[in-house]
Amino acid sequence: MQFSKVPGKKNDHKVIVYALSTCVWCKLTKQFLNENNVEYEFVDVDLLQDKEKSEVHRTILDKGGSLSYPTTIVDDKTVITGFRKDQLKEALGI
Amino acid sequence: MTISIDFVRKRAEADAKTYGYYLTPQPDLLQMFLEGLKTNEERYGYPSCPCRLATGNLEIDRDIICPCDYRDPDVAQYGACYCRLYVNKTVYETQNLPEVPERRPSEKISRAYNLPVPTEAAPQQTQGAPEKPQLERPKSVVKKKLWYCKQCGYVVFREDPPYVCPICKAKREMFAEIETKIEYSG
Repeated sequence: MQFSKVPGKKNDHKVIVYALSTCVWCKLTKQFLNENNVEYEFVDVDLLQDKEKSEVHRTILDKGGSLSYPTTIVDDKTVITGFRKDQLKEALGI
Repeated sequence: MTISIDFVRKRAEADAKTYGYYLTPQPDLLQMFLEGLKTNEERYGYPSCPCRLATGNLEIDRDIICPCDYRDPDVAQYGACYCRLYVNKTVYETQNLPEVPERRPSEKISRAYNLPVPTEAAPQQTQGAPEKPQLERPKSVVKKKLWYCKQCGYVVFREDPPYVCPICKAKREMFAEIETKIEYSG
C-alpha cells in the first residue's frame, strides 16, 4: 500500500493518517499536522483497490479504532477518530 | 459525468431551506463539502457522504447518500449532521460546530466493507432451486420493503423506514410495514 510521506521537523512520533480524499475533516487533520510541522504518512482510502481497503479496515479495527475517517494512529497504539485537535496535541506533545 | 459546484450548492441550499436547516457557516468548509459531494457524484453516480467511505453499490450506499438517513436525527440531537454540512440555526449563528458521533449502525458498516458479522443469517434458499456451492462468503442482500407513515400516509420502498418522515416529521415509530402478497397463478 502506497503511503504518502509528508516530512516535518517534528518527527519523534510515528503518525499515520487514514483519510478520504473527499473528506473535509481529513483535510483539516492533514492541514493541522502541516501547520505544526509534524512528520506523518497518509493514505486516501477511497482511492485504494478493494484488497487494500480491506487491509486498512483490518488495521484500524485491530488497533481498536472504528471505521470512521480520519483515523490517526500515533506510534502504532494511540487511535484518534475524527479531527480532534485536543487528542492530537496530547498524543503528539504539541 | 461532470457536475458543477454551483449545481451541488444550489441543491444543498434548496434542501436546507425545505427542511429548515442551514449549511455550515464557514465558507471555506462549505466549499470543501461541496467539492467532496461533486467528486462522489462523478465517481459513483450519486452524491454519497464525503465523510464516509462508499462502496459504489447503490443499494449498500443508499443510507449514506447526502442528505443521509442520519441527518435528521443527528441535527435534532446534536445540531448538525455527521459531516457538519447541515446544521441548525443555533449552530449556524454561533458557528460552534459540535462533535457528532457516527450513527450509521455497525451492521451496515460491516456489510458495506464486507466484514464478518457475528449474527449474520444465512441467505434463504429458494424452494426447489438447486443449491450452488458457495465459493466465498455470501454477501448480504439488501431486502427492500414498503413502509408507510401512519400519520400522513407517505410511502417509501426501502430497507428500513426513515428516522423522520420527510413529509410530516413523524418519528420512525410511526412507520409500519405494508404487507404485500404476490400470488402466482397458471
